[in-house]
Parts: sequence; structure tokens; C-alpha cells
Amino acid sequence: MLRLRVNGESYETLAESCETLLEILRERLGLTGTKHGCELGECGACTVLLDGMPVLSCLVLPDQLEGAEVTTVEGLAEGPALHPLQEAFMALGASQCGYCTAGMLLSAKALVDEQPDPTREEIRAALAGNVCRCTGYASIVDAVAQATNTMRGAR
Amino acid sequence: MSAPRGGANGRLASESATIESATIESATIESAGGALRVVGKAMPRVDAVSKVTGRTVYADDLTFPGTIHCVLLRSPHPHARIRGVDVREAAGVPGVVAVLTGAAMPTRFGVSPSSEEEQALATEKVRYVGEPVAAVAARDEATAREACKKIHVDYELLEPVTSIDQALEVPMDEPIHAASKDSNIHRLAALEFGDVEEGFAASDHVREDVFFYEGSTHLAMEEHSATATFADGQLTVWSSTQSPHNVHRALSSVLGLPMGHVRVVATPHGGGFGGKVDPCAHEIVIAKLAMTTGRPVKCTLTREEVFYNHRGRHPVLMWVRTGVTRDGRIRAMHFRTALDGGAHGSLGAATTYYTGALQPATYDLPAYRFEGCRVFTNKAPCGPKRGHGTPQPRFALELHLDKLAEDLGMDPVELRRRNYVRPNSRTVNGLRITSCAIENVTAEVLAASGYSRRRRRDGHGQGFAVSAYLCGAGSPMYLNRMPHSEVNIEVGRGGVTVLCGATDIGQGSDSVLATLVAEELGLEREDVRLVTGDTGLTPVDLGSYSSRVTFMAGNAAIEAARKMRATLVAAAAERSGAQPTEMTVAGGKIGPLSFEEAVVAAEELYGSLGSGGSYAPPPDISGSKYRGSAVGPSPAFSFSAAVVDLDADRVTGEVRVNKVWIAHDIGRALNPLLVRGQVEGGVYMGLGEALMEAQVYRNGLLHHPSVLEYKTPLSTDMPEIEHLLVEQPDPEGPYGAKEVGQGPLLPVVPAVVSAIHDALGIWVDEVPVTPEKVLRALDSRAKGGDPRTGPRAFPMIPYPPCVKVAPPDAASAAL
Repeated sequence: MLRLRVNGESYETLAESCETLLEILRERLGLTGTKHGCELGECGACTVLLDGMPVLSCLVLPDQLEGAEVTTVEGLAEGPALHPLQEAFMALGASQCGYCTAGMLLSAKALVDEQPDPTREEIRAALAGNVCRCTGYASIVDAVAQATNTMRGAR
Repeated sequence: MSAPRGGANGRLASESATIESATIESATIESAGGALRVVGKAMPRVDAVSKVTGRTVYADDLTFPGTIHCVLLRSPHPHARIRGVDVREAAGVPGVVAVLTGAAMPTRFGVSPSSEEEQALATEKVRYVGEPVAAVAARDEATAREACKKIHVDYELLEPVTSIDQALEVPMDEPIHAASKDSNIHRLAALEFGDVEEGFAASDHVREDVFFYEGSTHLAMEEHSATATFADGQLTVWSSTQSPHNVHRALSSVLGLPMGHVRVVATPHGGGFGGKVDPCAHEIVIAKLAMTTGRPVKCTLTREEVFYNHRGRHPVLMWVRTGVTRDGRIRAMHFRTALDGGAHGSLGAATTYYTGALQPATYDLPAYRFEGCRVFTNKAPCGPKRGHGTPQPRFALELHLDKLAEDLGMDPVELRRRNYVRPNSRTVNGLRITSCAIENVTAEVLAASGYSRRRRRDGHGQGFAVSAYLCGAGSPMYLNRMPHSEVNIEVGRGGVTVLCGATDIGQGSDSVLATLVAEELGLEREDVRLVTGDTGLTPVDLGSYSSRVTFMAGNAAIEAARKMRATLVAAAAERSGAQPTEMTVAGGKIGPLSFEEAVVAAEELYGSLGSGGSYAPPPDISGSKYRGSAVGPSPAFSFSAAVVDLDADRVTGEVRVNKVWIAHDIGRALNPLLVRGQVEGGVYMGLGEALMEAQVYRNGLLHHPSVLEYKTPLSTDMPEIEHLLVEQPDPEGPYGAKEVGQGPLLPVVPAVVSAIHDALGIWVDEVPVTPEKVLRALDSRAKGGDPRTGPRAFPMIPYPPCVKVAPPDAASAAL
């Protein structure tokens, strides 16, 4: 029996030793907001936060999860109030087909939690493990920059 | 009235911003302050909240109770006969519900009626590594995968054909497809418009070049996924498809079900770029399994399988010969292409013609000969990818013109300008050109980039190129005279519902429909409920391909909305005593009544409220009819121009793009935020194809079917992009809008190579440009050879004699 917290809620779930966090989230907990584009740790679509650090959930096994705190895209908003990153992604068109969006948002959150005033180069570097085929990345980088401005203003 | 200055990030270069009265026949909608309220505003996509909160339900997020999971067994051989398939052991694996082979559904299918040679599961032979041969449905995916390993296929290996050259030789064992008789040639095209030989004779200078454009794949982030159910005689398939209509037709045909018993629902879509236009094997297999087992059946491809499914950019070898006068006027052009099509037809017959169709839609060619050839090879099938068959010849044509300009000692921009097509004209191959801002996009991109004033220095350069693209294919994929897009609007106590077959693949077609209907009915976008991409509920739309949806579904939506508006206005007039002509429709009001009051009045007067609109391109978009004349005509063309600024390192051969300026002839930006996304996304994909993307094989085996090894630009690779929108409303576009999904990719690729020439004085006539190719050209120059990397020769191809097509006469050449 695996015990972990996801988006602030406690879960106890069965999981085979070879089952990935991606599969546990999507298939056991019904949290399908986390996407998969390769299941080999290559595309970044399945990025979630594990104790605040961005990880590729398709490469994380139950052994690494006992007692862990996982944050997925479903946990970014507080009730109906969207996270400033989500607001900025909407406002600037940083989500087109939307399939990379969950992973992008969580990679971006890990950055802005650590570094409230990142340069554009730092933003680009933080997102370099997340492939997007729609946007050309420009609107995504803009959105992260705008969100950090909003978050600093709110502080 | 003037158009809204909507460019969120791009500068707007609106020259004639007035809406032609012919475009918007009614002035009433503009009465609220005299401006468009919704159209032209930069707004988030209508489904933005769902997308950023993870609530969008994509195909693989959908699982019905009792679902069983399907895994396909794929061929490990590029070319082999199937002697037998033994499924007994697999069928006995605990947890397996059904095992399927091709014998259960041998009917051949294909996205194009001219090449229906695929089977959902191959029966006689396999033609590429990854071709599906059998399928297992089991209680879970792991069980199905394990059981697949227990299917025994007896293969008799055949010599694979893996290159264009090899495909042109006499087949070693047997041709890949029996239908192509004793050769592996899939399609030959030979057309001549005007007198080409006379044009060459009248030229002062004639030049020939050879180019190669490597194949590439879409790499949409979402892997294909579909679920099928069969209940009460009705088959329903939910799939991440770009064309539920294409899937609908294929399912009906292969499974022998009437169209009315099949429903295909396009799920919210994780990216297509052309890779989900074809009906796919897994969609048919799960439908068959749902019918035989009575259970919901789901199949999600792995990333490796998506690479095999492919339908991506054709590798194309090109030869071009052009004659010009001393002052740079093109007199004749002869263009030859050879396409490596992979194992099946897909849309490849159309692709072949597309490699020749749009050269005259950019440059006014008085005489033009096109010869195209597509061959079958034992590789994953090529098909439509963003730009469909036109990025390759665009690359060749633009660089060829650069070289011609160098020969003539002429500025390459000036050479192009002297040959640009004109608005309201007809090309030598009969294409109708209406709105055309090719001059404007050129001027905009030159002014922004400072290209003409650039300082030449070693290792740094700029390149310029232009292009044209369709706003929707003028002909459907299968011959018929029905509308290409239809919209129904239902209004009642449940509000406003728009039903349309259009499929939002991330480009924002749902947002376009909501925008247009909201504008017409005086509502906001959130007042409009959308039901789209569902062949059981919505009227037809042919699919999200050829940049057709804004133009075609958009016009259909406007027609339906105007009919509904007229109904509501009439009812409101009757109820209030006001004159219909004095009524304004804006701000949630129909004249003096609220929208809801007007609906009540209309329902009381007329009963159920529904309206329909449909769109088919006008017949005069094409000239003479000949084999292949269905490819090229479009109700409108967009034009794009790009300047690329880069550094190229002569020691390492590395190329670093600093900035791209891109100007696009959008007609009108219905939503500048979404337009920006399409423009930048197109530039991104163009840079990928110019510098790294390649779907390449070794002995018939795909070199790198993985996201890690298939190189694409990452966030750290992307340069700054400055986009400029030229807004000259098209007379037939919805509110004057034209396409943006594909055009902006096209000029980027040649502009990169042109900039490398500017930086280092070498030509890399082959994309993707790798450091190794740059160094080879530098090395060749250092040794006194050609300062060039690229193909040397074009093969001998048995093209048939050209079909001679008379060019339009002078009267119809100027519309």
C-alpha cells in the first residue's frame, strides 16, 4: 500500500513496483490532467512536482513516493482562483493544443517558486525539457515572465 | 469605419482597413459604436480555462466502464510476404478477450479514393517496419502487449526498396504494390502551361539547379488514441483525428456499415499538423473489436508507433530550370520533383501535384512545365504535413531565384518583385488570385529587418524569402458537389448552440466559430455553446487540413447566424412594433428587446428555431480542367515574407538563428492572439525543418523513432520572432479573414539557407542544414570546388508526354 499526498490530499493506493507515478496519477487516482507524450522521459509532458521539484512522472516509481507530496496541474488553482501562471498562459495564448501545458506549467512553477524574478534566459532554460510543437515557445516564455511580474506585485 | 488595431504583439500594417460592403452586407451589426465588438479582438481561446487546469478530456483521458485495451502487432520487416498468422497461443493468454487478423476486414482503404491500398491489418504482405499485422484486445494494455508476442507470423522476406533511385529501378523481387505493375512508381504528372521552349528561347539567361528536402514528421505531443463502442446497432468512435469525416467514411466502407450507423467524435486534440488527417489502422481495428466483443475498446499508440504511422513530410528531390531576361523577368520555368512516398498512397497523389501547383501563385510565370513523380518505398507512409507538398518546392524555388539574381548581378528582392503575381489575376495554371498583399508583406518585413541595409560580415548573414498558401483546398478529397462545410445554429430556452463538423486541433477553430456567431448575433463568445467535430450530431465539415476551416466553416457560420439574426429581428419587430430595418443587434439586444425576449417572441411565433449555413468554393477558382487541376485552386491565397538573421560558424559549421521577422497577409485577424500563435508556431516548425528535423532510415529501419533522438527546436533553441500582420480584407473571407496555419512556415526554410549563404558564401542546397553539410561546402570551396553541398543530379524518370494546357486568355488573366 502506497501512501502519498497529491495536491494536498492524502491517498492510499495499491501500486505495482514497476508502475510509474504517471500511471498511478492517471489510472489509479483519475487525475488525467497530467499527460504523456512518450513515457520514456523525453518530452516533458508528464512533468509534476515531487516535494516541490519538477520530475518526469513517467520515470518515478512507487519506491520514491512513500510519504511524498505531489503537485499536478489539478492542484495549481486554489478553488476557482487560477494560479497567476495559468492566468498568464490563458491571456497570452501560451496554450494551443494544450497537451504540453500541464508539464509546462509545473516546470514554470518550480522555477518561479525558487526564483521570483527570472530572466528570459532562465525561463527558457527551465522549460528546455518540455517540448511544445504548437507555440514556438515565445508566448510561453512571455506568459511565465508576466506571471512572475504579477506574483511579485502581489507580494 | 476602420478596422480594429488588434495586433497584440505584431505591428499592424493595415492598408485598406475598411470592410468592403460586399463582405459584410449588413450594417446593422456595426451599429454598437460603429465597431466590431468581438471580431478582431485579442482574446483567450474559448477553451482556455479547461486547457490550463487540466480539465480538457483528450482521447486517452476517456475510459468507459468495461473498456478493454487493444495493442497492435506490427511488422519488424520493411518488405515481406505474410505466409501465415498463428494467433492460437495469443488467444489462450489469460485476460485476452479477442485476437484479430486482417482476414476479418480485408477491404482496402485510404484517405484518397485514388490510392485505396491500405488494410487495417495487412493480409498478404507488409510494406514497412511498423505496419500493423494483428491485434489483441485484453483486460489491460500490459496483457495485450504480452499476448502480441505470442502471435506467430510466418514472413517470407523480400528485398526492401529504400530510396528514390532504387524505386526507379526494376524491382528486385516484386513491386511494393501489385497495382503499380512492374515498377514502384506510384504517380506521374506532366503538365505544360504556355510554350515553355519558346520562353527559354526568348530568355537572356537560363539556369538549372538541384535541391533536396529531407522528410520529417509532425511529432504532435499527443499520441494517437481512440475508443470505440458498439451498442444497439450503432458504432461510435472517439478519436484524436483531424477529420472525423475521413474516419467516418473509412469505417463505413471497411466495416460495411451504413454511414448512418457510424458516429465519429473528434476529441479535444493534442496536436495534428497533418498527422491525423488519414483514417488510421487502429481506428478501424478497435471498431471491429467493439463489434465482435460488445465491449468498449481503446487503443493509444506509443510514441514509437506514432513514428511508424507517420504520414509526414515527403522527402523530395527537385530540379528546376528557369529562363530570365536581362532585366530579371522570368520567361519560362521547368520544375521536376521526385517524391519518396513510403509504403502507401495516403494523400500522396495530391502531394505530388502540390509540389508543382503554387510556383505560379507567387511568381507570374508566362510559361511553366511541371513534371512530378512519387515512388513507393518500404518506409512509413508519407502524407500531409503543414504546408502539404509546398515547403519543398518553396525551398528550391526561393534559393534558385537567389542564384539567378546573383547571376544577373541583381538584388534578390528586386528580382522577385519584378515577377510577383498581381491581385485579381489568373495564373498560367489557371489559379484565381484575388486579394494579394505579396508586395506589402515584402515591404513590411524589409522595413522591420533592415535587410537591404544589412552590413555583410563574415559569419553573419540575413536571408529573405516569400511564399503563398491556400485558404482551403478548392476540391474535396473525393469527388462530390456537396458543401465543404456546414453549420447549424439552434436557439431556444437552452441558449444558442452552434453545431459544426469543424475540428479544433489547437489552432482555435472553436474560438473562430464562437467569435463569428457572437458578432453576428450581438452576443459575447461565452453566450455561444459549441458542438463540433461529431459526425453524429453536427453537419459536415471536411476536416482541419489545407488551412480551410476559418474560411469555409467561418463563412458557413456567418450564413447560419445571419439567417438566425433575421428571424430574431423579424420576431422582435413584430413584438415591439419597431421596423426591422431600424433594429440594431448588439450588446445582447435585438432592437428594443433583450436577446432572450426576442427568442421567446420568435419561438412563440415560429416554433422551433434553427438555421443553417453552408460553404462551397465558387466554381471560378480554377481555370481549365485537366488531370491534377483539382490541386491548387483555392478561394483565396495568403502570402508570407520572412527575413532570417543568423550567425554561422565557419570552424564548427554551427548555425545560430538570432531573429526571424515574418510578415503575413492575413486578410483580417479575427483574433490576433490566436493568429500570433499560428504565425510563431509556423516559424518554429520551419526552423526545425531547416536545421534539424529528419525522418531518416537505415536499411528500411527508422533511424530514431523517439522524441529524444528526433531533434526538434527546444525553448533554448528558439530565436526572437517579430511578426507583422498585413490586414487587407479578402472579399470572400469571413470578415475578410484568410489562413494563417500553414503559410508562415513556408518562407522560413529558404530564408535560413539564404542567410547562411549571406554569412559564409556557400550554398547548402539540402535541408536540414547540419554543421557537417556547412563544413563540407566550406571544404569544397577551399579545395577550389563548388562552394556547395547538395544533390548533384536528378534521376532519369519516365515522365509521360506533357498534357498541354492553354494558359488563360488575356481577358480572363486579369480578373
